[in-house]
Amino acid sequence: MADAHSITSSVDWRYLRRRSLNLFNLFGSALATLFSLFWLIWILWVTLSYGVSAFDLTLFVDGTPAPGSEGGLANAIVGSLIMVALATFIGTPVGIMAGTYLAEFGRKGLIPGLIRFINDILLSAPSIVIGLFVYEIVVIRVGHFSGLAGALALAIIVLPVVIRTTEEMLRLVPNTLREAALALGAPRWKVITLVAYRAALSGILTGVLLAVARIAGETAPLLFTALNNQFWSTNLVQPMANLPVTIFQFAMSPYAEWHALAWAGSLLITLGVLALSIVARMLLAKVRTEGP
Amino acid sequence: MASSDANLPAAAAELGSSYARQRLLDRSFQTATLAFASFVLLLLVGIIVSLFIGGWQALSTFGPGFLVSSAWNPVTDQFGALVPIYGTLVTSLIALLIAVPISFGIALFLTEVAPPWLRRPIGTAVELLAAIPSIIYGMWGLFVFAPIMANYVEPWLQSRFGDIAIIGALFQGAPLGIGMLPAGIILGIMIIPFVAAIMRDVFLATPRFLKESAYAVGATTWEVVWRVVVPYTRVAAVGGIFLGLGRALGETMAVTFVIGNAQRLDVSLFAPGNSIASALANEFTEAVTDMHTSALMALGLVLFMITMIVLAGAKLLLMSLEQGHGGRT
Amino acid sequence: MMKLSNGVNIASKIQVRDLDFYYGQSLALKHINVDIATNMVTAIIGPSGCGKSTLLRTFNRMYQLYPDQRATGEILLDGDNILSPGADVYRLRARVGMVFQKPTPFPMSIYENISFGVRLYEKLRRSAMDERVEWALHQAALWDEVKDKLNQSGMKLSGGQQQRLCIARAIAVKPEVVLLDEPASALDPISTLKIEELIYELKQNYTIVIVTHNMQQAARVSDYTAFMYLGELVEFGDTNTIFTNPGNKQTEDYITGRYG
Repeated sequence: MADAHSITSSVDWRYLRRRSLNLFNLFGSALATLFSLFWLIWILWVTLSYGVSAFDLTLFVDGTPAPGSEGGLANAIVGSLIMVALATFIGTPVGIMAGTYLAEFGRKGLIPGLIRFINDILLSAPSIVIGLFVYEIVVIRVGHFSGLAGALALAIIVLPVVIRTTEEMLRLVPNTLREAALALGAPRWKVITLVAYRAALSGILTGVLLAVARIAGETAPLLFTALNNQFWSTNLVQPMANLPVTIFQFAMSPYAEWHALAWAGSLLITLGVLALSIVARMLLAKVRTEGP
Repeated sequence: MASSDANLPAAAAELGSSYARQRLLDRSFQTATLAFASFVLLLLVGIIVSLFIGGWQALSTFGPGFLVSSAWNPVTDQFGALVPIYGTLVTSLIALLIAVPISFGIALFLTEVAPPWLRRPIGTAVELLAAIPSIIYGMWGLFVFAPIMANYVEPWLQSRFGDIAIIGALFQGAPLGIGMLPAGIILGIMIIPFVAAIMRDVFLATPRFLKESAYAVGATTWEVVWRVVVPYTRVAAVGGIFLGLGRALGETMAVTFVIGNAQRLDVSLFAPGNSIASALANEFTEAVTDMHTSALMALGLVLFMITMIVLAGAKLLLMSLEQGHGGRT
Repeated sequence: MMKLSNGVNIASKIQVRDLDFYYGQSLALKHINVDIATNMVTAIIGPSGCGKSTLLRTFNRMYQLYPDQRATGEILLDGDNILSPGADVYRLRARVGMVFQKPTPFPMSIYENISFGVRLYEKLRRSAMDERVEWALHQAALWDEVKDKLNQSGMKLSGGQQQRLCIARAIAVKPEVVLLDEPASALDPISTLKIEELIYELKQNYTIVIVTHNMQQAARVSDYTAFMYLGELVEFGDTNTIFTNPGNKQTEDYITGRYG
């Protein structure tokens, strides 16, 4: 029997080749991982080193400047904050309600399956198309660009993220908990709103955080909705300044001062988004391992 | 609720009415959640219909020829979608060529090679690539990556491959650093986290005993993964690749910064081009004629339909994983 | 060599010496010493969690896939310590085949399932490979059932057929030892019977170690039996003695069904 594995030179060479191929490919997998981390570090480093030079107090105090002069990004920062907040306030309740349906009433069946399927598609749908959609249904009707339209476009991006996490988190709530509450005579809607929501609260909040991180840097859907505004404006029915579109316009301009501000804005967004995603991911990992 | 025994009938009646009330509330609550959930369907239909209406003028004027015409002239109001469709497909293809092997490597590393304590932090770091907003990729691409492409990478590619028959045509023209190749490379980096995360999850879903059986006949780690894990999980893994493709097709800002926004058809990957998304980002607010706006709307519809088909395909392929058998056909 | 209580000497294929096994910090096998006889069937029995599968998985170092598991001591295969850091696990596993609790056909055709392992270590011509596949399927008593559909996916076979396919796959590489980890626990009685007959046939050429929780099965198929309890080897001897006249109270209690 053992002769099959006897050490003749031809067998040995084959074996050596297999072992080398194994080592080579495993080493390659480490290289592939390093390759992806290399870009992450490079991009973050560039953003940090270019952004830090214009990163000072005036950034948060002064409005966007005319070409060739000094200024800050205050109006764009405020505009972004307003629109992101508004989008979150619109998208979150809708998303939680829809997610509640999928988790509590529609675990199985054709319609819930279809909704889930389409929600997953919308989750990855091109955000610029969302911008076109809001342009078509709001901007054209109203006749001009507005902060409200921008917030609406962002809310549509928030929606699928919140639906998905709400459903996932409510499903993690053990059924015994629902049954215990039902056994006390509580009606279904109270069980859901008072017991299931409370149990899934941190998980659902994580979803909202992820959604905020997602829209904070979104540019494409704002191009045709909020547009941009060089001046201070908190008027929701007028075009509204915002960081991403400002960065886009400044970066595409020929002015060095604008480039510097674009980098500072990039750093600001990157720091915010990374902080949000890291916190959300840590929370999510905790919820998934320890229960909601 | 009444507590005295003497009032029993009244209490029961009150209980009954309260029960009816709660029943009603239950039903209203359920209906309300269903209404909000149906909003998702409405949204999908709304997007398609509104883009169709917006693009109707162009679609009805140019007919099916819209999809295959390379004309794009706002002055004469002649529009065709071929150039941006071509640019979208070529950049996405380049992205897949980069992202698929790299993501496979990352998934292999995270499931079989890396020591356990390293898996979580590295996995998170890779996922952070997806958290960086696309406008940051654009800034970095335009100001840092493009000059490097123009000064080093593209001249090298040209001298190395430019004279070879057929594939040499891909590397012709001035090395600008702005064009389809840099756009494709950046897209590739951007979709790595999506593809890698799914491939990793899919590999982890391979039954333990199946892997052990392959080890038990003396296979190396590589052989176990390549000959057993990959065939077992291939359907869902392809689903992950489709998801990455769906992301690449619709990615806007990063591409807009570096693709060059040129309405022309060129075989060379160095040449500036246009993708659907970048054409929209660049031209939409500057469109003057109704026909121009309508043509851009029609482009948006084309983009949405393509990504929807790709993403639906991805979802269907990934369902094989959710149903608990990684890749059995 | 090992010496039985009745004074007979027999050749041993595997000798386990002072084996300790850890899952992280917890000690799962305590100081195991046992000899596995050449071309015989050795059964390992004991209640769930006693460490019988753990012991089996040290014989081909399968535990090594999991970083928190480790073994100390010596396991000699034909006199060579397979636990030494320099031991070649891939070659070891080609010499020591294994069949698992649940059937694990690879996602490929029946033919490829069998040839998979053979190709790793041998370069055979097509006709020689055909012969090897047929031989292995004959050995596993599966040939007649699958000879017309060798190109069909191995996953389409019935559970009992899949398990015999896995045995054929393990035998095809011509190992010296075959490890069976509760090979019939997921099968119906008829398939179980076939597997047991197969084990009886196979011991002509292979050293077989079988883990089972089914005592009748152990009594039917094995020549020697090891009884384990809470990570310790309580008693070892020829199957007849262990089942009819156990020397240890714990063994007797288990065999007569008082716990387990």
